[in-house]
Amino acid sequence: MKNVDLVVIGGGPAGLCASISAASSGARILLVDRNKKLGGQLIKQTHMFFGSEKQYASRRGIDIAEILIQDLMKYKDNIDIMTNATALGIYEDGVITIDYDQKYIKVKPKAMLIATGASEKVLAFPNNDLPGIYGAGAVQTLMNVYGIKPGKRVLMVGAGNIGLIVSYQLLQAGVEVVAVIDAAPKIGGYLVHASKIRRMGVPILTGYTVKEAIGYPCLEEAVIWKLDDKWNPIEGTELKFNVDVMCISVGLTPLTELLLQAGCQMKYVAELGGLVPVRDENYQTSKKNIFVAGDVSGVEEASSAMVEGYLAGLCAAKSIGYKHQFFDELKQDYINQLNDLRSGITGEKIRIGISKILKEVI
Amino acid sequence: MLEYTGVPTRELIDKVFPSIERINKGPVAVIECFQSIPCNPCSTACNRNAMNKMDDINDLPSLDVEKCNGCGICISRCPGLAIMVVDGSYSDEEVVFRIPYEFLPLPNVGDIVEGLNRSGEYITDCKVIKVQNSKLFDRTPIIDVVVKREYLFDFRNIRVGGKNNGQ
Repeated sequence: MKNVDLVVIGGGPAGLCASISAASSGARILLVDRNKKLGGQLIKQTHMFFGSEKQYASRRGIDIAEILIQDLMKYKDNIDIMTNATALGIYEDGVITIDYDQKYIKVKPKAMLIATGASEKVLAFPNNDLPGIYGAGAVQTLMNVYGIKPGKRVLMVGAGNIGLIVSYQLLQAGVEVVAVIDAAPKIGGYLVHASKIRRMGVPILTGYTVKEAIGYPCLEEAVIWKLDDKWNPIEGTELKFNVDVMCISVGLTPLTELLLQAGCQMKYVAELGGLVPVRDENYQTSKKNIFVAGDVSGVEEASSAMVEGYLAGLCAAKSIGYKHQFFDELKQDYINQLNDLRSGITGEKIRIGISKILKEVI
Repeated sequence: MLEYTGVPTRELIDKVFPSIERINKGPVAVIECFQSIPCNPCSTACNRNAMNKMDDINDLPSLDVEKCNGCGICISRCPGLAIMVVDGSYSDEEVVFRIPYEFLPLPNVGDIVEGLNRSGEYITDCKVIKVQNSKLFDRTPIIDVVVKREYLFDFRNIRVGGKNNGQ
């Protein structure tokens, strides 16, 4: 049994920042990530980030991952990193089990911080299991991590930020995007992202959904149809596209299995992407010394995931006796940053969602 | 319109375009940022204080066109690639557009490429007069193209090697 102060599960933007923050407070960290490389989704993000300088705005996600990993290495004497390691379970006695290097490892930390992120939602339509129908994350992994084109002609389903950004990246990779469709009446992602692909000639069709996929043994055609104002499809409005790829980008849902297993109090909050943990302002769940940060506590942007990570890491370290020398100033700065990021019109949904899960500090 | 199609209306474009008099004096930025989102790099990038300070990170950018000298530093800093520079002092019949272009292959100086509007439709041929891809621009190359003046409010993008210019 390994004894450490804090186990951080998930090495994406939230988990990396949480580890930096907790290690800089003096806690001894074990960072566990199931991928080969730290960085989570950042390592696929070739576009520039929004936000302010403090959240590395104008920098590309791939570069932000490198910056954070370098920051983390400043505390390498305080940090053990396990990549290619899957956290399997959290038990009643506070033991975490991990599948690592073909071994079954048990760790009992003083506190844990869950930053497992989110997974993609699926869309139900006939033949949605045909080869050629991908989630947007898979398309990004193929293109931006492995340098493989997913196909020749793509229909993008979903005009949120991920759908718009991945469409742009497909165009950059020389793949044709025949259209971006979204069931909602309006474009959900940032309009500057939408304008970027529009002026490359990609049409955006709002109020459309997928009717069916056609092809054997893999995708050959996608059929879409228009929705009325009650979201019912309208017969006769079908449009057909010859495509070998359909990319599904219809939102994310928090990856909360470990929190459920640990017995944290959960709540279904649509604004945050589904089932999320109830937490206090220090990002501690209903279970003492189990903290959360990033998309697992509510699907949002990577910028806020990073700040949440810094904040939750700081508080998790303090809860087990490692109070950062500038704790109060840092905490206030992170709270201010999060408020700034969430204060505008686009942050309204998140603000409503968070108001539903916030509880008194225990 | 914009929120349904991604194409800003002429009315919105008119709102953010500097006056013809200002454009004819020399390079000036055009900022097509119409939605309040948490983002401020344009404001911090400008070292002539031509951009508003953005006390609230969700503020829309607003440009003091007299302070702006069209240096274009903000073009590659804008995560939304919403900024370009126009220069109406180039000639009586033509204007220079300085646009971000993150695609390969990059055009070469002297190339004739397709000029596109905000819907990605071909509107005119235009000539590339400068290609910048320095480290400062962090992989957002900046292309200067000469475009007929009549397309001042329509031109927004280029296509390299398209069918209309036979490259």
